[in-house]
Amino acid sequence: MLWRIARHLAAIAGIVLLGGLLSATLVRLAPGFDTDERAFDPSLNAESVHALREARAGEHNILRFYAAYLRGALHGDLGTSHALGQPVQNLLRERWPVTLRVAGIGLLLGWLLAAALAFSACLWRRTAYDLFGTTLSGAFLCIPAAVLALLSVILNAPGYLAIALIVFPKIYRYARNLLGKAYALPHITAARAKGLGEIRILLWHVLPVVAPQTIALAGITVSIALGASIPIESLCGLPGIGQLAWQAALARDLPLLVNVTVLVTLVTLLANSGADVMIHMLRPREA
Amino acid sequence: MNAARKLACVVLLAVCAVSLAADWLAPSGYAKQFREVPSSPPSRQHLLGTDEIGRDRFARVLYGTRISLVLAPAAALVSTLLAALVGGLAGYLGGIWLRIATSFTDLFLSLPWLFLLIAVRALLPLNVSPLSSVLITFFILGLLGWAASARVLSASADSLRNSDFVLQAQASGLHGPRLFFVHVLPNLKPILYAQFWISIPVFILSEANLGILGLGVAEPLPSWGSLLRELEGLVSFREEPWRLVPLVLLIVVLTSFQLVLSNNEEVTA
Amino acid sequence: MNGRRAFSELVPAKDSYTRVILSGAATSRSEVAAESKDPYFTRNASKDSPVPRGFLLLLLCLALLAAAAYAQGGGELRFCLRNEPKTFDPLLVDDDSSLSIRYLTGGVLVRANRKTQQLEPELAESWRLSKDGKQITFKLRHGVLFSDGTPFSADDVAYTMQRLMDPNLHSSTGDAFRSGTGAVTTLKLGPDQITVIFPAPIVELDALFDQVAIMSAHSPKKEGAVLGPFLVAEYKAGSSVLLKRNPNYWKKDAHGHRLPYLDSIHLDIQPNRDVEMLRFKRGELDLINVLDSDYFDKLASTSPQLVHDAGASLDADFLWFNQVASAPIPPYKRAWFRSTNFRRAVSEAINRADLSRIVYNGHAQPAVGPVSPANKFWFNSRLHPEAHNPDAALKRLQADGFHLQDGTLKDKDGNAVEFSIVTNASSKPRERMAVLMQEDLGKIGIKVNVVTLDFPSLLERISQKFNYEAAILGFRNVDLDPSGQMNIWLSSAENHAWNPQQKSPETAWEAEIDKLMRAQASASDPKKRKQSFDRVQEIVYEQAPFIYLVNQDALSAVSTSVEGANPVILHPQTFWNAERLTLNANTRASR
Repeated sequence: MLWRIARHLAAIAGIVLLGGLLSATLVRLAPGFDTDERAFDPSLNAESVHALREARAGEHNILRFYAAYLRGALHGDLGTSHALGQPVQNLLRERWPVTLRVAGIGLLLGWLLAAALAFSACLWRRTAYDLFGTTLSGAFLCIPAAVLALLSVILNAPGYLAIALIVFPKIYRYARNLLGKAYALPHITAARAKGLGEIRILLWHVLPVVAPQTIALAGITVSIALGASIPIESLCGLPGIGQLAWQAALARDLPLLVNVTVLVTLVTLLANSGADVMIHMLRPREA
Repeated sequence: MNAARKLACVVLLAVCAVSLAADWLAPSGYAKQFREVPSSPPSRQHLLGTDEIGRDRFARVLYGTRISLVLAPAAALVSTLLAALVGGLAGYLGGIWLRIATSFTDLFLSLPWLFLLIAVRALLPLNVSPLSSVLITFFILGLLGWAASARVLSASADSLRNSDFVLQAQASGLHGPRLFFVHVLPNLKPILYAQFWISIPVFILSEANLGILGLGVAEPLPSWGSLLRELEGLVSFREEPWRLVPLVLLIVVLTSFQLVLSNNEEVTA
Repeated sequence: MNGRRAFSELVPAKDSYTRVILSGAATSRSEVAAESKDPYFTRNASKDSPVPRGFLLLLLCLALLAAAAYAQGGGELRFCLRNEPKTFDPLLVDDDSSLSIRYLTGGVLVRANRKTQQLEPELAESWRLSKDGKQITFKLRHGVLFSDGTPFSADDVAYTMQRLMDPNLHSSTGDAFRSGTGAVTTLKLGPDQITVIFPAPIVELDALFDQVAIMSAHSPKKEGAVLGPFLVAEYKAGSSVLLKRNPNYWKKDAHGHRLPYLDSIHLDIQPNRDVEMLRFKRGELDLINVLDSDYFDKLASTSPQLVHDAGASLDADFLWFNQVASAPIPPYKRAWFRSTNFRRAVSEAINRADLSRIVYNGHAQPAVGPVSPANKFWFNSRLHPEAHNPDAALKRLQADGFHLQDGTLKDKDGNAVEFSIVTNASSKPRERMAVLMQEDLGKIGIKVNVVTLDFPSLLERISQKFNYEAAILGFRNVDLDPSGQMNIWLSSAENHAWNPQQKSPETAWEAEIDKLMRAQASASDPKKRKQSFDRVQEIVYEQAPFIYLVNQDALSAVSTSVEGANPVILHPQTFWNAERLTLNANTRASR
């Protein structure tokens, strides 16, 4: 068990480092990296424009930049954001609680809603009800995130509700299909024929069948929720990591982007690896 | 085949037929600007009103349907197949393959792909025709969209590998690709259907968002995505309900898709 | 023009702005100078009183009203900044949000009144310029304190100028003063009198001081000690800025009440206009400094008292073709773009009236050239917007060997005429204008592809890679005076967008513009300067290197909770008189 966790942690560390480097490379290679709006101010003279360009010279060689970044990170210095002019660690420290709360509550609500709808659809087995679930989740899947965010602003609804509504249809579709498949398995049909109670069937026969995929899905939804928090936080004016990521992307803010990617990679990996570990713990030991 | 599925089939066929008949139904075309009546409400000339620069919304919906209804499912198919291949194989093979595939998937999930798309745009010539630009966009979306479901699929395939019937099949001499295609892949269907179904609207919307980067459907060609993006500036839906038509159409089409495709044993049983 | 604004991302963002160089000030100064025998001339608000009497009366009335309100406490004004302020150091300011904050917190020696467009004394009671335009002497106000209680003196002015002119500072405020090589020196004539000496003459020297917020030489709080009506009390990066009233602000109203009336200003950082609008409608925001035309009409239909159309602004959007010799575009296309007839034909084929009517709902005027008609002094009134005339356009094209073949325009070698227009995706109006022009140009057989790009990619294409054919961007043309436009019109300039950094002028007309621009920069007589710049405007019209499209109106919204607002076309449109704004009693009670 410990060995498994240690191995997971080592893999996580490796992937996070690689993720940081790859994302830095992506940002560096994207066009517009080298432009600074301020250089277009004609009241700046040639020397000032030159100085502006020089300021980012340290980021031109991405390997050298990354090495310097890692050296700094080891000493607790995550660099300084270009766009916001503040140390990155201060920004992250200020903002992660917001995202944790918004994405966390949103995720929880989304799961509750999806699970309730999917279970009841399977238990009830009414075509009309199933159709209702399908249409409802379909509707929320089709509404652009920006519109959902604006609606939540109009209705004065909290931001996590918008995230819940973005995450919910995705979970519902997977959950509904998994459950449908599980209820169609021969031994569950047999159990039903024997007259076992629905709750008992669910807990004893259905849940063990769908558990691995559901846990894996839970891991995945963390990254879906983080992705959804970018438009929602930006539009609803919630000062969280998602808003920060968007600002950094617009400004090609390399130090900030690398840190945000590393953080998001870390959270995604921890969630997914946690899910893996749980799946293995649940699995009946064979031989 | 029950009533709901039949109805869904009819709806899909009708939508396809109407969009194919766009040349007759909306002879003015999607690009003609009726400059005297921008942002007008529905009328006899313009069944769904006009957009901000006076183009007939009805025509734009019909022509947009043509593009999105073909390309979004195609991209969804690409991403679903990729997910099946990576996730299914990794889970089926297990061991070191599973670990490599999951690590790769995790890495893939957390990279800022926005910048790749920006770089792709820089590589394309500016005078690319609207249609090839949208083809490229959907292809890229298909290539990028597989990771999340591959993660779930590999967990699913991993548990199948140890299930009774696969062990039985192995005992009876079934191995390799045949075992994978005959026994493992069919059991992953529910997840694949879910992935396919979710991808369609997600890709339709992403295509519109990629317009920001100069990818996606170029003006004046319409797409469902660009029609849906019109909703963003609409603060009050009550004032101009006809602008919601593209959204309603998309929901109806998707629901029909879902009903037609799902191998919903319960419903058919 | 101010180039960063020229390539400013958001279309109606008139909050993009750096310097206001005021033409009116120039005329009045020369008149005074002509009368005066003194080598120096004195300017003093009481002398040439540029403020109309009616305006003073209005201010007085407002002040009376406000004074009554003040007795009950001023309350908190709320509005949005569209972007993150990049700095709170007043000398480094270069972005719109920082500029707004500097306007609200910084104390300046001379203020350009945004309404009357005249210079007014602030921390300097009076000032005088030397005749050679190299020296300026300020007489400072007595008994003024910084927000932290440190007294204000000539030391602070010396310190601020010294910091501002530090060659390592690289700020646009400082570079505006750098007309020649050599150091800038200050000469203290007493605790309240100081002369600043520049190595070379500077056009409109006194007006430049509108941008210089004085910093304290002695306060340990550095830029935290301010002389303006408000001070930065709290900053949440990416989220909000809270300004509180400066208890030591020197200005008083007619009744002797200390200004400002407001207790605080809450600035939310919110780039999304839809959200800003929603929150304004709900009463959570009091002002929208720059309103989109769609929203203007929507608001106007339900509550016309909230919206203000101050008329044409100084901003213009324009289209230009890539004429760079080394650009990676086919040589035959470069030949089109370098043809005056081709550019003029495109200009004539564009229906500008439709652009302003459809894209801006009529809240824009067809543009003529680099100077908006709103800039009364510098606008060349002999010029009129290019009339929409596809037939004339075709004739012009035929003169260059172009011909129509099956509805497609072909050049003399048989190449079909097709080009792409790039613009920034964040601007809906520009994208819509591009689509309208696509149809306009289609009518003369030209195929146009519209490509929207994210802003950094766009900037890279137009300024570094030159990998584009045509582009639409906007003029943040807020410099009333053309001296700030040198870096655009000189053929050697970096911001000479259609063909920058030429070693020597590649065309005769660019050579003539170079000559005229240099002439206006060295002349001190505004009439001569105007003559030169009028000719520049004519050449730009005839040659159409920039094809000007529309001048947008300055639109804003002010809630009924705000009293004393008087929106203008210059930045900061709605809160230029923030120190005299008040909130009504209901609003104050509910906050």
